[in-house]
Amino acid sequence: MHIVVCIKQVPDTSDVKINPETNTLIREGVVSIINPFDENAVEAALVLKEKLGAKVTVMTMGPPQAESALRETIALGVDDVVLLSDRAFAGSDTWATSYALGKGIAHLEERPDLILFGKQAIDGDTAQVGPGVAEFLNLPIITYVRKVEVEGQLAKVERVFEDGYERMEAELPLVLTVLKEMNVPRMASLRGRMKAKKAEIKKWTAAEIGADPENTGLAGSPTKVVKIFSPPKKVGGIKIEGTAALDAARTVVGKLKEQKVI
Amino acid sequence: MFEMDYGFSESQIEIRDMVREFAQERVKPVRAELDENEEFPREILTELGKMDLMGLYIPEEYGGFGCESSLDFILAIEELSRVCIGVSVSYAANALGADPIIIGASDEQKKKYLPSLASGEKLAAFALTEPNAGSDAGGIATTARKVGDKYILNGTKQWITNGGEADVYTVLAVTNKAKGPRGVSCFIVEKDTPGFHFGKKEKKLGIRASATRELIFEDCEVPAENLIGREGIGFMLAMKTFDVSRPGIAAQGVGLAQGALDEAVQYARTRVQFGKPIAANQGLRWMLADMAVKVETARAMVYATARHADKHMKNMSKFSAMCKLYATDVSMSVTTDAVQVLGGYGFMREYPVEKMMRDAKILQIYEGTNQIQREVISHALVKEYASL
Ligand SMILES: Cc1cc2nc3c(=O)[nH]c(=O)nc-3n(C[C@H](O)[C@H](O)[C@H](O)COP(=O)(O)OP(=O)(O)OC[C@H]3O[C@@H](n4cnc5c(N)ncnc54)[C@H](O)[C@@H]3O)c2cc1C
Repeated sequence: MHIVVCIKQVPDTSDVKINPETNTLIREGVVSIINPFDENAVEAALVLKEKLGAKVTVMTMGPPQAESALRETIALGVDDVVLLSDRAFAGSDTWATSYALGKGIAHLEERPDLILFGKQAIDGDTAQVGPGVAEFLNLPIITYVRKVEVEGQLAKVERVFEDGYERMEAELPLVLTVLKEMNVPRMASLRGRMKAKKAEIKKWTAAEIGADPENTGLAGSPTKVVKIFSPPKKVGGIKIEGTAALDAARTVVGKLKEQKVI
Repeated sequence: MFEMDYGFSESQIEIRDMVREFAQERVKPVRAELDENEEFPREILTELGKMDLMGLYIPEEYGGFGCESSLDFILAIEELSRVCIGVSVSYAANALGADPIIIGASDEQKKKYLPSLASGEKLAAFALTEPNAGSDAGGIATTARKVGDKYILNGTKQWITNGGEADVYTVLAVTNKAKGPRGVSCFIVEKDTPGFHFGKKEKKLGIRASATRELIFEDCEVPAENLIGREGIGFMLAMKTFDVSRPGIAAQGVGLAQGALDEAVQYARTRVQFGKPIAANQGLRWMLADMAVKVETARAMVYATARHADKHMKNMSKFSAMCKLYATDVSMSVTTDAVQVLGGYGFMREYPVEKMMRDAKILQIYEGTNQIQREVISHALVKEYASL
């Protein structure tokens, strides 16, 4: 079995600052980490590897420094990593990113049986790239997965909603996006960390994976960002604590009446 | 924070960073709960095993990481201790249990026991102390009588760290009473050996996450092949074990004191009284300075001793005793001062420093009380000067 995990390097805070002039993220001085949900995806792949004996490949599209994220996954025990890095990819939106990752995955020597993503990236929060890649590769996808088991060519998964979950079965090859509840990511071993320091990182350019320049980077991105801003922080608010539900409800209604909301 | 450059190797930096991160992410969130519930940190130790950290000091050929310097292990202990020494003693006591095997066991015994200790699959403990033999370790009364191809153990060991939790015990017992300390031998005893029982788990002032139990031997039959080395070298093995383990206790002291200093400085910066942060008062700020100097001198001493040990294993009792004595006295005084800096809040369990102060006390007692360390140092001095 071959499992591919796509990860993204993101700034280490959900409280990212935005340059008001350019409407882009200010990345200076912010530590980069692997997107936390992607860590769950990597862990899920490693657990399956331990159980079923799979090969795990991790892929990311990003600037040269995204290499450090890939090294971290080598330390965790993945078998192979690929960095898609090219000036041509700069400015990619979710559509162009999905296109590039799809091309990258198609370029792998060994076809994947399972492709894993985190449910979304904490910097963009779109949750679009997993489904996008599935579209480009013409593969079925199940999103928001908290549990996966593989038996032969069949994957049994639990997909979570706000008010419950559904059990689903699907044939491989398959794309999944995973939730935090899925697992607790392991920490790298000392041997893994020493190995990761020395590992060669495979780098592929747009041309190497046969990506059409019209579909990559800013030029290939249909999304045009009009404005990005930090929403104003919520201030004040009243917490009604320690009272019975009925009393609390009465208090709320009283307050709303006072404010002439109702 | 600026840290002194001690010229660490690549692996030492790696170990320090990974254990620091691990302690923050996996130990800090649960330390108060482990303390409150007196719960053994089994999951944490399992994870440390998977990270190759249980086998740091075990040679590669026996499944360990086989680190080049004893400083590697010292750094791991220090970083864990910065967050919780209840956890770090449960970690370090494995080395205490394994050291007699590493120092004196046969290749066959090492192959049998060390790999599963290195992986963290099994835990170890070291059993010397008895109800009537504490500082006077030569006074142990547990006996091992040879009958055919077995030894039969009888007696009680007291306050054994990892007791009941460990799978492999190195136990000191008298094989020839007439010979005194030269009649003591060291045995490997496995947990489920018939006639080997555990007493109740002790209720303690500090290091409550660690398990401390009595070991009871009632006609416990141990295969003769479990004798380490030969009869009569048990006491020597114990002393050599302490030579290498005492810097580990000192590292606990350094880590613990650093953790308390971290809390004290952060608190002093933010607690406002009389309209200004309490750190604005010179009287209080100078306390912080003294605490920091103590921590750094203790650290330098422990690292120097660990590096000395890499080259001069034979000649280190005095230095091991010095760093154990100094660093643990430092941890007692720095944790006590940290509580003072936090005032009433420091006394409350919502803040971690009261636990740190409770925990610190054991460091001055176990692996030889600090009075006994002074005995070791002063005897060595007198002997050395006599031969000048
Ligand atoms: C939590 C805990 C964990 C432990 N873990 C282990 C373990 O894993 N394995 C193990 O074998 N043991 C263990 N011990 C035992 C520990 O090493 C002993 O408690 C220690 O050696 C001191 O012995 P004692 O408590 O009997 O004190 P005592 O020897 O009775 O000493 C009492 C006091 O008298 C002082 N004193 C004694 N003799 C002298 C002297 N000659 N000169 C000056 N002062 C002296 C001591 O310093 C001390 O202050 C543990 C103990 C504790 C409390």
